[in-house]
Amino acid sequence: MSASDLGAAVERAGALKPVAAVPAADHLAPAGVSRTSILLGSLGFGIVFLLAWEFLPPALGVPSYIIPTVTDLAREFARMVQRENLAVHVLSTVTIAAAGFAIGSLLGAAMGYVLGMSVFIEKVLSPYILGLQIAPKVAFAPLFIMWLGYNSWPKLIVTILVVFFPIMVNVLQSMKTVDRDLINLARAYSMSRWQIFWKIEVPASMPALMAGLRIGATLAVIGVTVGELVGGNTGLGYLITFGEGQANTAMVFDAIVLLTLVGIALYAAVAMIEARVLHYIPRALR
Amino acid sequence: MLSTASVLDVIGVTKRFTAPDGVSPLTAIEHVSLNVRAGEFVAVVGPSGCGKSTILNLVAGLDRPSEGRILLNQVPVEGPNPTVGFMLQKDLLLPWRTIVRNVEFGLEARSLSRAERRERALRELRRCRLHDFAASYPYQLSGGMRQRAALARTLAIEPAIVLLDEPFSALDAQTKLILQRSFAQTIASSSITTLLITHDLMEAVIMSDRILVMSERPGRIIEEIPVDLPDRDDPMARIAAPRARGYVDHLLASLHLQEKAA
Repeated sequence: MSASDLGAAVERAGALKPVAAVPAADHLAPAGVSRTSILLGSLGFGIVFLLAWEFLPPALGVPSYIIPTVTDLAREFARMVQRENLAVHVLSTVTIAAAGFAIGSLLGAAMGYVLGMSVFIEKVLSPYILGLQIAPKVAFAPLFIMWLGYNSWPKLIVTILVVFFPIMVNVLQSMKTVDRDLINLARAYSMSRWQIFWKIEVPASMPALMAGLRIGATLAVIGVTVGELVGGNTGLGYLITFGEGQANTAMVFDAIVLLTLVGIALYAAVAMIEARVLHYIPRALR
Repeated sequence: MLSTASVLDVIGVTKRFTAPDGVSPLTAIEHVSLNVRAGEFVAVVGPSGCGKSTILNLVAGLDRPSEGRILLNQVPVEGPNPTVGFMLQKDLLLPWRTIVRNVEFGLEARSLSRAERRERALRELRRCRLHDFAASYPYQLSGGMRQRAALARTLAIEPAIVLLDEPFSALDAQTKLILQRSFAQTIASSSITTLLITHDLMEAVIMSDRILVMSERPGRIIEEIPVDLPDRDDPMARIAAPRARGYVDHLLASLHLQEKAA
């Protein structure tokens, strides 16, 4: 075989290579299991669970003030809508969770970038950051209430605080692990420190930032709930303490379900943003 | 093509690094002198850890020599220099940018308009036969295409010299052959001055005009071998040439690879 024959053969082999491997969406499913059967299985499990919840406790003689049935929850939900201004409480919780999440993420990311840019500041502050990161932030809630009174501020500040740290830590970590060769490439192209930051470090930190936001979204709901539990007279957390005082178990359950839904909504919003920002990462790797 | 104007002169360069213990300095390269003339393709081979990449970092201005001087077009290198293009084993494409935006990357430190940047990037992509993939993202390209995109990015800044640091070593054998030919054609057709760092002896023989052999650490240049073979723009033809084998055997001998146990 001459060199040019070899070349042509090799060229053909190269041309056959798939340009972009599109991973099958359900390639992780066991062989022979379709996506529909998985979906039906999940739905079936949910229905069985709800039926068990509805009929098992009464059948076993568990009173409804210990475990209210699903219909009890629905009845209580309707009552809360009519008598307890449920919409106002939900709105308050959603607003504070979203605002606290947004502000906490912004501050956390900004702090992460600042510390990532300056090794000196990062080294000086790192023991304190570690301490604050370990300190249970929700325990500060009573303190903020003593300082600021029974209003929205303590809840907002607790939420900001719990969201802040995971995001800051994630961004800082990604800044420290940016590929040195990429930075060298930019330096070789005579880019300024500022250009390197905007063109390489910030985009390179996006996957870590998004992972931080996912964690922050779930923590935001915990922060606002604790804030409402310990003080104030609005929000789903307040309804939990209120229901507890009245021995209204169904009300407590309903508030927990609604808080979960708020958390899911926030998480879904972050997941949507992430899908847009990280569109350049193939799905299978994400 | 054979002009005598020297593009790169490395004159008596020594580079020492502080060892991790902070006491005994580590000498990476010692009294290295070499030059690359305009349009010439020079390859540097040597055992691993002989300081090949150190030379590259020094020429790129990312590091300063401990002794000696480096001149680029007779001007001392004192820092990162926009007339040096370098390419590594890793393609270093930014995954969040399309291919054409990746090629524009190196031009963004310059005062060019957006339209001029785009025009130059597309011209380089045509030269590297990648213009159909301008709007693709790096993950959508094969390894060989990604390296070609990296070459397009390197050539877009119109460098006085291109430094290649083992750009083919992460590729499979077939892709490597194709890419070596592709690079050789692009480089020969535009008379691009090139310094290739490699550990692949055959690659050095089939791609270059001249080979510099380095010793183990501290790296020194122990031999200079002009490659007197035709077809520098077609490594596949050179591979088939019986005399190519002779050069490789000579390199094997001068690196004492035969006597070495694995």
